[in-house]
Amino acid sequence: MMSALYALWAGSFGSWYAFTSGTLVRAVPLMLTGLGVAVAFRAGVFNIGAEGQLLAGAVAATAVGLHGSGMLGPATLPVALVAGALAGAAWAGIAAVLRVRFGVLEVISTLMLNFVAADLVSYLVRGPLQEPLHIYPQSSSIPAIARLPQFGPATRLHWGIVIAVVLVFVVAWELAHTAAGFRVRAVGANPSAAWATGRVPVSRVTTRAFLFSGLLAGLAGAIEVTGVTYALYENLSPGYGFTAIAVAILAGLQPLGVLPSALVFAGLESGATAMQRDAGVPAAWASVVEAGLILAVVGVIALRARARSAAANGGPP
Amino acid sequence: MSALESVLAAMIRTATPLLLAGLGELVTERAGVINIGLEGAVICGALAATVAAPPLGVAGGYLSALVAGAAVGVLMATFVVVLRADQIISGTAVALLGLGLTGALYHDIYGAGGVALTVPTSRSFDIPVLSGVPVLGPALFQQPLMSYMAFLLAPALAWFLYRTHAGLSLRAVGEAPHAARAAGVAVDRFRVGAIIFGSALGGAAGGVLVLAQSGTFAEGMSAGRGFIAIAIVALGRWTPTGVLVASLVFGFATAMQYVVQALGWPLRYELVLTLPYVLTLVALVLAPRGAAPAYLARTD
Repeated sequence: MMSALYALWAGSFGSWYAFTSGTLVRAVPLMLTGLGVAVAFRAGVFNIGAEGQLLAGAVAATAVGLHGSGMLGPATLPVALVAGALAGAAWAGIAAVLRVRFGVLEVISTLMLNFVAADLVSYLVRGPLQEPLHIYPQSSSIPAIARLPQFGPATRLHWGIVIAVVLVFVVAWELAHTAAGFRVRAVGANPSAAWATGRVPVSRVTTRAFLFSGLLAGLAGAIEVTGVTYALYENLSPGYGFTAIAVAILAGLQPLGVLPSALVFAGLESGATAMQRDAGVPAAWASVVEAGLILAVVGVIALRARARSAAANGGPP
Repeated sequence: MSALESVLAAMIRTATPLLLAGLGELVTERAGVINIGLEGAVICGALAATVAAPPLGVAGGYLSALVAGAAVGVLMATFVVVLRADQIISGTAVALLGLGLTGALYHDIYGAGGVALTVPTSRSFDIPVLSGVPVLGPALFQQPLMSYMAFLLAPALAWFLYRTHAGLSLRAVGEAPHAARAAGVAVDRFRVGAIIFGSALGGAAGGVLVLAQSGTFAEGMSAGRGFIAIAIVALGRWTPTGVLVASLVFGFATAMQYVVQALGWPLRYELVLTLPYVLTLVALVLAPRGAAPAYLARTD
């Protein structure tokens, strides 16, 4: 037990190397996807398709990185990141259109699109994007010019962390202090009331929040390819898009809360790998802890809401 | 076996667990609850079958799978119905919990390597006369008993939903819970029952994966079947017959990948695998409003 906890600690926060190259590297995609899920949920959009949107971003960034560097030169990296973000938004856009135009529940459509994206990646790494020798189901490595620089030779941490943290602060400010942010909060809190004011275009706000969350997930995929894997392959994401939901919930759907929340989950998953390797305790326990954390938060929120409505209904006249 | 026979057999084989989980999810969704935690029920059912079948036999394995699935359903119902927590978030957590817990327990029970574990499996049950029909016979009528039961469950559920008083109440709970409550229907009790029933069938689907197909357990072997069941219910437009057809469609697409590979068609099977999902999205677009239960995924 103690040796397992020690291994968990050593593999996550216990050393500078583990913290920067393990936990922080994992936290980058969790911050971005978690931020996207938080914004979507705040707008009343149940986007559980961050995983598929992340893969769409990874595909676009890989394609740009592999085929665009000759023409684009040093612009390859920014173009790859933008292409990834746009691909993620487009992938979310399918579900957004289905919801706004056809009334299709986004829970179902985004779930479908996760499967489609995973199958498409399997196809691409055995077809059009496969490495030239056609042996391994993965793409070639993108050239150095298309890669995010790292913070030095002793760490795997790359500049994606800066992009992620800056975006968290920008979104936090936007949501709290701008008219667009207010509309998102209004639509999420009570869509019919927001609609009744006549000043909030509800379906447009919903669509934008949906696209924006896809944009962030797509960017996460692009950063993962340009900063960590340098190539496209199946299982590129160990379920970042699903952990993102846990990250957003533990953050209380607050953008700034995403920073510590992503660190907790990244540390847990990073440490769990070390725990399995060094102490023989299965890494799957980390998922159990994650699920327990979400259920605890959800349960507390539900109990509080219950107490509030009981007070509203049964309080003294 | 001819190519056609093996496609048909593979189609039924893949469709069986999907049909069980899909019918379970259908009942849950008709009560207005979308159970994303079904994936957790499937994998828990698979592990329970793996643990129970060696000492108790195949029937004991199936029974344990049902119970394990139902237990996952109790957890889901506690959060969604008793606590009135959000269905989607609770379901995601329950799925994660099931996947994590089974992975961890499997490691702890059978060791890190996961010894070459084999579990007794159900033999195929040949239906006299019919199994002798060329081509169709071996594929359709030489299946494990559970396959026949899954396919008979669809008409049974259709009868329950559309011909019984309880079925009517269940549908009312999913369409208009307030009206149902006013009419004296115990809304919460129906929801709890529907979640537990659906999850138990999810567990049975996990049992089929182990006891009728692979004969062993692997971490994450549910492979998204609980999520696919949600697609199947949508593709089947929330009716038992529709769910039956939809699970065959998904089974067919999976079976097609073997054909594509065997015949060397210039078509990647990964693309074939996307077809049922795309078809589901198209079906959702074409479905008339009102095909889905009006209160699906809403907390009242």
